[in-house]
Amino acid sequence: MSAQTVAAVPPRLTPRQQLWRRAWRHKGLVFGATVLAVIVLLAVFAPLVAPHDPYRQNLLARMVPPVFLGGTWDHPLGTDALGRDYLSRLLYGARISLMIGFVTAMISAVIGSVLGILGGYFGGKVDAVVTFLISVRLAMPVVLVALAVVALLGGSLIVMMTVLGLLLWDRFAVVLRTATRQVRSMEYVAAAEVLGASLPRILFKDILPNVMSQLIVIATLEMAHAILLEASLSFLGLGVRPPTPSWGLMISEGKEMLLFQPWLIAIPGVALFLVVISINMFGDGVRDITAPEGRN
Amino acid sequence: MTEVRPVLSIRDLSVALPQGGDRPFAVESLNLDVMPNEIVCIVGESGSGKSITSFTTMGLLPRTLRATSGQIMFGGRNLLEMPEREHARLRGSEMAMIFQEPMTALNPCYTVGDQIEEIFAAHTSIPRAERRTRTLALLREVKLADADRIHQSYPHQLSGGQRQRIVIAMALALGPRLLIADEPTTALDVTTQAQILNMFKELRRARDAGIMFVTHDFGVVAEIADKVVVMQKGRVVEQGPAAEILNRPQHPYTRLLIDAVPRRRPEAQAPREERPVALRVSGVGKTFNVARTLFKPARQVAALKPVEFALQSGETLGIVGESGSGKTTLVRCLIRLIDPDSGEVWIGNTDFAAEPRGRLRSHRKDIQIVFQDPYGSLNPRRRIGDQLVEGPVNFGESRESALKRARELMRIVRMDEDSLDRYPVQFSGGQRQRICIARALMVQPKILIADEAVSALDVSVQKEVLTLLADIKRQFGLSMLFITHDLRVAAQICDNIIVMSNGEIVERGTVDEVFGDPKHAYTQQLLNAMPGRAWKIPDNVVSNQ
Repeated sequence: MSAQTVAAVPPRLTPRQQLWRRAWRHKGLVFGATVLAVIVLLAVFAPLVAPHDPYRQNLLARMVPPVFLGGTWDHPLGTDALGRDYLSRLLYGARISLMIGFVTAMISAVIGSVLGILGGYFGGKVDAVVTFLISVRLAMPVVLVALAVVALLGGSLIVMMTVLGLLLWDRFAVVLRTATRQVRSMEYVAAAEVLGASLPRILFKDILPNVMSQLIVIATLEMAHAILLEASLSFLGLGVRPPTPSWGLMISEGKEMLLFQPWLIAIPGVALFLVVISINMFGDGVRDITAPEGRN
Repeated sequence: MTEVRPVLSIRDLSVALPQGGDRPFAVESLNLDVMPNEIVCIVGESGSGKSITSFTTMGLLPRTLRATSGQIMFGGRNLLEMPEREHARLRGSEMAMIFQEPMTALNPCYTVGDQIEEIFAAHTSIPRAERRTRTLALLREVKLADADRIHQSYPHQLSGGQRQRIVIAMALALGPRLLIADEPTTALDVTTQAQILNMFKELRRARDAGIMFVTHDFGVVAEIADKVVVMQKGRVVEQGPAAEILNRPQHPYTRLLIDAVPRRRPEAQAPREERPVALRVSGVGKTFNVARTLFKPARQVAALKPVEFALQSGETLGIVGESGSGKTTLVRCLIRLIDPDSGEVWIGNTDFAAEPRGRLRSHRKDIQIVFQDPYGSLNPRRRIGDQLVEGPVNFGESRESALKRARELMRIVRMDEDSLDRYPVQFSGGQRQRICIARALMVQPKILIADEAVSALDVSVQKEVLTLLADIKRQFGLSMLFITHDLRVAAQICDNIIVMSNGEIVERGTVDEVFGDPKHAYTQQLLNAMPGRAWKIPDNVVSNQ
C-alpha cells in the first residue's frame, strides 16, 4: 500500500508543470522551438530589424557579396541583381513563407480533420463518401492543379494560400480517419454515449483530444510542405509575384548567377531548410510530450 | 536407485530493475528447482516477477534488465555465464517456451505445417520426408484431430485453442527437457483451457520433462501443479508441494491470495419473495449482416437469438457464457449501443429498445455500465473529475452539485478526493475500475451492468472490487446485471444465473440450482471444465492463524 503511494507521487506537480518539465528535457523540441521562435520574431519585427527597404533598388551596388565572402557590414548578406539588400528581403520573405505555411496548414487541417473524424466516427455511408473524396483528391497532382489555378486567377498571396489549403488536406483526412476509428472503439466513448453525452460533446471531448497528437504532427508536416510548395511555385514563376520578397522567388532570381554568386541561392535555401526542419522537430517534440502514455 | 537430478535449478537469482523504478529488483534471491516429470507452478499477481523469472531462464530478458547475481543450472551448466549463441542453440532444442497469446505466436504467412517443420530444419538435419512424418506425429500428440488438414492450414483458419496446441507442438518438437509455459491458457475459454491443461498433465507423463508453468489463477494451480512457488514483488514468499500450499498456506500473502479466490458463498440463498421487476427483456435479438467479400458470399450471423428474462429490483443476475455466446451483443443491445432487431427492453414504464434515438438520451441515466478494460474505459486526456461530472451535466445538473456528489462517491469507492484532479494514467487497474463504478453511479441509475468488470484484475484486487460492487448494490438499492465468463466469480456475487451459449439462454436458475444440479449439457460441460474443481478452497485462511 505504501509502496503504491510512493510510486504514484514523486514530487507532486500539476500536469501543466510536468508538461513543462518534459518539454525542457526534450532536446529536439527545445531546438525546434528556439529556432522557430527566433524566425517568427524576426519575421514579425522585420520592419524594425531590417537594415534597408527590401524593395529599394540600387543599381550601383549590384550583387555585393555577403560579409563572410568579403562584403561590407552595410549589406551583411549582400545584395541581389537589382542591388536590393538581401538580408532585408530574407526577413520580409520569412513573413510570406510563415504566413503561407500557417494559413495553408490551418485551412487544410480544418477540412481534413472534419472529413476524417466524421468518416471515422460514423463509418458506413459517411465513410464511403469521405473515402471517395480522399481518392479524388489523391488523384489530382498538387503542383499541376496549383499551377493551373494560379495561372488562371493570378498569383496573389491569398490565392496561393487558398489553393494550397484546398489541396493539402488529404493526409489530415487519411490519418484522422484511422485514428478516429481506433478511438471510436474505445470503451470510454461507449461510456460517454451511455452517460447521455451529445454527439458534439463526444466529438470534442473524447475524440478530438485523443487524435490531437496525430493532428499536430500532420499539421507541422503540411506546414513545411506548404512552405516548400510555395517556394517551388514561386521558383517556377507562378507563385508570389515579384517584387514581393519570397524565398522561392529569391532562389529563382538567383539561379542565373548560380556559378558565380552561389550565395544568392544558398542563403534563401538555408533559411528554407532551417524553417522546415525546426517546424518538423517542434511537431515531433509536441507529439512526444503530449502523448498520454508518457504522462505521469 | 540413483538420485534424480533437477532439470533446472535456480539459485539465489536476482534481476535488477533500471534506476528509478518502484523497487530495485524485479526478482530477488530466487531459489527454485524443477524436477523431471514435474509441473512447477509459479503463482503471483501482476508485477510479482513471475514472467521475468521465466524470461531470464530462456535468456529473453529485455535489454534494460540484467541478472546481477545467482546461477541458473541447466544440464550441468550455468545459463547466466553461457555465451549468447550457445544459449540460443539450447532454446527450442533443450528448453522451449509457450507464450500467452496464441493469436500472435504464429506467423500468419506460413501454414502451420511449414512452421513446425522449420524447427526441424533449423536445428537438425532430418530429411524432408521424415520432417513431415514427425510433424504429423506431433500434431496428433497434441490431440489435433485431422492432422493432415491442420498441417495445410494457415493460423487464421484455426481457433484459439487449436493455435495454442500448435504452439505447444512446436515447443515439443525437439523433445525439450524443460518446458516453460507463461500463462498459456489465460486467453482461452474455460472449456478449451480444460483440454489444454489435461494435455499438460499427459505430457508430463509421456515426455518425462520438467514443466515450469506461470499463472495467476489458483484454479489452474489446483488442477495441474505438483509444486507451487508463490511470488510477491520479486520474492518467493512460499514454496512447497501443491496440496500443502493450497490447503494449508503458511505465509500471510499466500493466505490472502487464496482467500481472495472467488467461490460460492457458503450460506444457501433463501428463495426470495417476489419483488418488482426492474428490467424486463423480451424477445431481444440481433443478427449481423456480414457483407460479401471477394471470396465469400454475404451471410447472416445470428449473434443473439431472441432472449427473454427479467431482473428484479435489488437482484444480482449473472449472465455466464464463453466468447461468442452472445453476452456482449446482449449488453450492447440493452444499453442501445447497437439497436436490437426485435424485442422489448422495459425499464419501468419505458420500452428502452423502441425509444427513438432522439429521445433515448433522457432515459439513459436509468441504466449504466462498467466495462471490462480498466485501461480503455477512461479518457486518458481528461481529468477524473471532468469525466465524473460529465454524466450529470449532460442531464442538466449544475457542475457544482455534480462535483459535490463526485467527491462523495469517491469516498464511497474508497478513493482520495484529490483523485478528481488527476489523469487516468496515474491510477492502477483496480483504482480505475473503482473510478468507472463511481462514474456509472453519478447519474443515480436504477440498473448497473458490470460487463466482465473484474476479469482483467488481479485476484486480490478482484475481491476488493467485488466486495465494493456488492456493498454499493445494497447501499443504493441497485439491480445488477453481472456479465462474466468466470463461474467462480458468478457464484460468489450473483443471486440468479443465466447461462448463454451460441446466442441462446440454455439454463437459468439460482446459483445453487445451476451449480448444484445443472440441467443442460452445456452447463455441465462448463462446470466440469472449471479448473481445480476438485479443490475445496479452504475457508478463513486469513483469520485462522
